[in-house]
Amino acid sequence: MDGATGKGEACPKFFCFVQGNSIMASVGSSSRGKGASSSEERKLELRLGPPGGEEELYFSRAASVQKNISNNMNTGQKFSADPASKAIGSSGSHKRTASPVVGWPPIRASRRNLSSSSSLKLPSNSPDVIPDKITLEKPAENKGKGLFVKINMEGVPIGRKVDLKACDSYEKLAFSVDQLFRGLLAAQRDITGIETKQDNEKPISGVLDGTGEYTLVYEDNEGDRILVGDVPWDMFVSTVKRLHVLKSSELSAINFNRNKEVNERSFKT
Amino acid sequence: MSENNHHLHHPQQNHFCPAETMSEDEEPSRPSPPPPELGSKKTRNCAAVHPSPHSDRVLEIVLEHVLQFLTASRDRNAASLVSKSWYRTEALTRSDVFIGNCYSVSPARVTTRFPRVRSVVIKGRPRFADFNLMPQNWGGHFGPWVATMGKAYPLLERVYLKRMSLTDRDLCLLADSFTKFKELVLVCCEGFGTSGLTAVVSKCRQLRVLDLSDTEVSYDGVDWISYFPEGETCLESLIFDCVECPINFEALESLVARSPALKKLRLNREVSIGQLYRLMVSAPNLTHLGTGAFGHPEPQDPNNQEMDYAAAFSACKSLVCLSGFREVMPDYLPAIYSVCANLTSLNLSYANIDVEQFKSVICQCFKLQILWVLDSVYDEGLQAVAATCRDLRELRVFPLNAQEDVEGPVSEVGLQAISEGCPKLESILYFCQRMTNAAVIAMSNNCPDLVVFRLCIMGRHQPDHITGAPMDEGFGAIVMNCKKLTRLAISGLLTDRAFAYIGMYGKLVRTLSVAFAGDSDTGLKYVLEGCPKLQKLEIRDSPFGDAALVSGLHHYYNMRFLWMSTCQLSRQGCQEVARALPRLSVELLSYEENEKMDDDTVDVLYMYRSLQGPRDDAPQFVTIL
Repeated sequence: MDGATGKGEACPKFFCFVQGNSIMASVGSSSRGKGASSSEERKLELRLGPPGGEEELYFSRAASVQKNISNNMNTGQKFSADPASKAIGSSGSHKRTASPVVGWPPIRASRRNLSSSSSLKLPSNSPDVIPDKITLEKPAENKGKGLFVKINMEGVPIGRKVDLKACDSYEKLAFSVDQLFRGLLAAQRDITGIETKQDNEKPISGVLDGTGEYTLVYEDNEGDRILVGDVPWDMFVSTVKRLHVLKSSELSAINFNRNKEVNERSFKT
Repeated sequence: MSENNHHLHHPQQNHFCPAETMSEDEEPSRPSPPPPELGSKKTRNCAAVHPSPHSDRVLEIVLEHVLQFLTASRDRNAASLVSKSWYRTEALTRSDVFIGNCYSVSPARVTTRFPRVRSVVIKGRPRFADFNLMPQNWGGHFGPWVATMGKAYPLLERVYLKRMSLTDRDLCLLADSFTKFKELVLVCCEGFGTSGLTAVVSKCRQLRVLDLSDTEVSYDGVDWISYFPEGETCLESLIFDCVECPINFEALESLVARSPALKKLRLNREVSIGQLYRLMVSAPNLTHLGTGAFGHPEPQDPNNQEMDYAAAFSACKSLVCLSGFREVMPDYLPAIYSVCANLTSLNLSYANIDVEQFKSVICQCFKLQILWVLDSVYDEGLQAVAATCRDLRELRVFPLNAQEDVEGPVSEVGLQAISEGCPKLESILYFCQRMTNAAVIAMSNNCPDLVVFRLCIMGRHQPDHITGAPMDEGFGAIVMNCKKLTRLAISGLLTDRAFAYIGMYGKLVRTLSVAFAGDSDTGLKYVLEGCPKLQKLEIRDSPFGDAALVSGLHHYYNMRFLWMSTCQLSRQGCQEVARALPRLSVELLSYEENEKMDDDTVDVLYMYRSLQGPRDDAPQFVTIL
């Protein structure tokens, strides 16, 4: 196994192609490398320093090439359904920057954001370092634009997911709960299957103030169960991990962690 | 016989996602000789053609019987060119039709030429559409196809679609039209919901295969699993691992229990580990399993102590392909140890596990041929693969953090190790942050059987991180030394020299993907002039302009498509091509959904040969020249 690193050493197998070949002579511009072999003659001999020096490299290229590439990077907005990744490379240069480019790297949407949807961050390479014991809860997933949180309703076997980014208030969230579960709840109750869906469906209401048959509860990032509605919406969104729609009648039996800043709440069953 | 490489050893048998593993022009067709059932179908075709024993007809009957053994499209295409008689006979006996680009030919033309088709493959959108490089709703509609085939092919059994748009109505029409329907494979498709699925599963009583790999299904309230008919089903393969819809587990459990032929089951992440256990206990004959979440038990799962997951896996003596692990809790990984020694395929590409956890699994997988992982296994993990998996044919390493400029966990070290330990490697997809020419050259020397080489150095224009040189030499070595190479994806800092190498040595290259590479028109010219087998060329953000574009005029009719986005093309240049090649459909796409291309710059050029002329379903952002 040749441990060759320099370009000159690594080339013997196909180097003959390069020498004296008229095609290669017309390529002209860049070939770079610290150990550029003497048998390669290039119009532009470019040096390369350590990574920080790369910016110089790009700017010293042939002017036309530079312009071409600048034009590329200055092209208008690329189409993207995902505004988070909609960006153009920095104008005028293509040195490595953190500014994201649409569709790069070429990974499909289903493979993005795996680290945020998993309990473990990229673990350390050292086998001695044991990652912190993971929490039981699955964190809220970030599917690009939306913030999807699992929501289960007591008595309904099928769980759903609600996009909290699409609701910007508790009212909208309560409305979503009704939207997501009304049909399912009706299906659960309707054992005969004869009645039409419309007859059996009644809206799910009063989930926020304790007046309804069901009440909305959430689990935060510490695993505590809290009544929904007590804290400002933004704070709620940043800490919520999971939602539950529980029967109001069962709630008094459950111990809640109350948010200390909020007044005591009482609700009627 | 043909160049149709079955090197990926009967893809349908072993792979997680049949279409992903095969490059676009491999048909997912059965290997020859055809199984008995197909043979008898062909006999039926033959008998129907010419029953008379007249001497001309005798030759045709002989021809029909001989043509039975030609299954590959390319061979059949060749046979059809011999003479009119051969053309006719071949057309009447072709039962599998492969349409690589849905707009290259109209449905009516296909059904007219091939009246007795049982299986159809249709591909739609260009691959770069997967990466948000063009607006939605570009096209690729299944509607016109199902409408025409519904009338022409009442006995159609199999539909395989890739990157097509389907509606619920299309699926309903499919279910109503084809009474003997057996296999539906939808890869990277979208546009329909669970209602459409319901129509298929409830009406197609002979359904054997339902494969929804990487397909988006919207949840419209209907639980499709509940709609499989009562009683025993013919199901052999049920794949819905990427379908982000809730399912009724009781219905699924009942379905699995009454599907005695079920061999392949890939669950979505809504299925918890406890539910997986119950399914495995009732289906120990599975050969392919996608485990679903494989995370912590859900509240509705029975008590943890009652679940002997390891025993459930041990009981699956036939398991050869394992995937899933969508929300994996590494604590449960040891349960799979007992099946590792039998595995030929393992997909951990959604499982964020650390090096030690990975090593404890991989060190037992000595029969492994296909491995998909995340780069969270580090170079060290890849070294473990190299030490154990001597028979590895295909490796894919996906990035956990798909960004540039982060410290990457895998590098040239991992690539070098793999090249040394896995000499039978045929296909590799490798995402990394840094790479060296030396490692790539080493792989070109150590793995002469490489057919697919896709290296994605995620930092744009990144050179060899040790020498600072462009990556030209590495990729040059690949095309030069890997004599069977047909698919290549290049990245990193690349000059025209890399393209010169490809044009010079890449004589079998059919698919080439280029991004942020090259210096000038010369680069693209090298490729267009030098690669006679080039079929699919996709380029983004590279300095190639009109001069390069016109240098390929002699070849474009031989290609499936050319995609060029954010290059240096002008509308005029594209017009020139459109004028010179009337059978080429030259589409200019705008990045903005609601705008047509009105000025001279070209956002996206997508062109393809077509017998049917400009399509009539193009959305607003598409201009057809």
